Amino acid sequence: MTDAPVIRTTPKLPLSEEKKLSSVKGDSVHWAVLYGVSGLFALICAVFLISVVVSSIPAWRHSGLSIIYSRVWNQGTNSFGALPIIAGTLATTAIALLFAIPIGVGSALAIVHVLPDRLRIPLSSLVELLAAVPSVVYGLWGLLVLAPWFEHSVEPGLAAVTGHKFPFQAPPEGVSLLLAGCVLFVMILPMIVALSRDAIAIVPHDQFEGALSVGATKWQVVRKVVLPGARTGIVGAVTLATARALGETVAVAMVIGLNPLFPHSLFSTASTLASTIALQFQDATPLEVAALGALALILMVMTAVVNWFGRRLVRHSAYRAGVL
Amino acid sequence: MTTGVIEEIPPDPILERREMVQRVARRTFERRMRVSQAMIGLCAVGLLVALVPLFAILYSLISKGVHWWSIDFFTKVPQFPSLIDPNEVGGISNAIIGSLVIDAIAALFAIPIGVVAGLFLAESTSKFANALRTTAEIMTGLPSILLGIFAYQMIVIGFNEWGIKLPGIGFSGLAGSFAIGILMIPIIMKASETALRAVPAPIREAGLALGARRGVVARKVIIPTALPGLVTAVLLAFSRAVGETAPILWVIGASTVVSWNPKKEMASMPLQIFQSATSPYVSLREEAWGIALLLVVIVLVINLGSRLLAAWLQRERR
Repeated sequence: MTDAPVIRTTPKLPLSEEKKLSSVKGDSVHWAVLYGVSGLFALICAVFLISVVVSSIPAWRHSGLSIIYSRVWNQGTNSFGALPIIAGTLATTAIALLFAIPIGVGSALAIVHVLPDRLRIPLSSLVELLAAVPSVVYGLWGLLVLAPWFEHSVEPGLAAVTGHKFPFQAPPEGVSLLLAGCVLFVMILPMIVALSRDAIAIVPHDQFEGALSVGATKWQVVRKVVLPGARTGIVGAVTLATARALGETVAVAMVIGLNPLFPHSLFSTASTLASTIALQFQDATPLEVAALGALALILMVMTAVVNWFGRRLVRHSAYRAGVL
Repeated sequence: MTTGVIEEIPPDPILERREMVQRVARRTFERRMRVSQAMIGLCAVGLLVALVPLFAILYSLISKGVHWWSIDFFTKVPQFPSLIDPNEVGGISNAIIGSLVIDAIAALFAIPIGVVAGLFLAESTSKFANALRTTAEIMTGLPSILLGIFAYQMIVIGFNEWGIKLPGIGFSGLAGSFAIGILMIPIIMKASETALRAVPAPIREAGLALGARRGVVARKVIIPTALPGLVTAVLLAFSRAVGETAPILWVIGASTVVSWNPKKEMASMPLQIFQSATSPYVSLREEAWGIALLLVVIVLVINLGSRLLAAWLQRERR
């Protein structure tokens, strides 16, 4: 048995020769600058990581792992249990995703497969403009426009329709878990629309036409051909949006009411990891600063893992500086 | 058989079957079309719903914000409303100047680092480059409040609780610039890597084949060719940084006087919106709309301007 001959289009130099070529004398300055600057950034990231970990150490030493599973957060008694805060973070993110996934993917489908060519670019840039609005403006809008509307119309209406049953039972306060979820929904929507539109647009057009030609309706094609073809990209878009929602700080801090108790209803105030850090950092005791550092560490691990996972899924789609 | 006339045509099984198939096909086709139209219609409705918040926010901003814009608004410093004149809230000149100084310093150190590191990502295939790319991607997605804490620990108190004794400079504009700049670097890195990779390899190789050093090729060939993409990358990152509140929340000191000195406490527009919106004074809460309108106008002008500028640069080249 002989191996098949390897065909090379370009002759490959021996490794040592290639090394010699790429390390021409004048290039060393160039590489030194590139490595130096990149190394500086890597160093900053390392210091950042160390600083977050180290600043939380006193809290872990004081409370141990009960920070993660204890249910009481009280600065006065130095009890730092972040379970209700983690629950609030997950709940607001879930509410946001509940609305954002169908509406976002539907919008992306509409942009690619329903709109006439003329409207496609203007409308998708309009949705992306939402991504450019600073988060503090969303917070302002949520606090001054949506909160009164939620208090007087939406929440009483929902409670009446559902018969004041869980999770619609508390007195409406405006500022609530539900409001925070809705503000987050608006904030992550452009990301889901833009990224899943890219994923949908790269499904080959002949597959689309092939399915149409055997008698499928447009919706059947979308459901059986387009969505499966774009699945990875859409899941990636949703994952990245999840990371954004978990870590959103200022807008949520303005509309969630900062209540470190377990949320017992959609209308009750709650707190999230990021908003707790933002609002309590100012007048915190040293031990509490450490506890907030522990929250920051939990938040960092959560968002980094989700984000890393999402990046792997959307790596092959075009990078979009405007929405990421 | 007297008449010889066939009174009744015997049923043709093939014809009957065909009719049945057609009937069923017509019915399912109609049903499938109805479902399809309904679902596609729902998608279009979804797009409309997605656009509602944009117009709602823009409507609120313009209807409640425009009337705050006056000479005083841009030139005075804020003051708390008094009982005598509950509508007198002063202006936001301190916040405008603060934002200008903080973001300018941040851009000054973030843009060179970001572009050069982006060039490194685009040119190097080493393991370090791959690791750095992943790091930058994860940094882009991290909540910006974490950078605020980092800037507080490092610049404001100088790690002094750990006994390291860096010269902490206290609450200052520089601490804000530090946080905002670190926020910008990974965004610029990733976007400029994409722009630099888009430079056709033959152009780069032609430069190298002429005997130019890599540094010369990068400066004279690659960066000029990728300039439109780089400009968009930098400006988009900047427009995002201008609106960030969380990183500067606890580090710039929220001064209420005009200050050009970045080593002192400063104010900033996003922070001013946050503080006004959550203050107990009605008139301050309303004034937040005026600042928010200004901020959104600035961000959108940079955002749209970057796209137009890039298109213009691209056209000039041809």
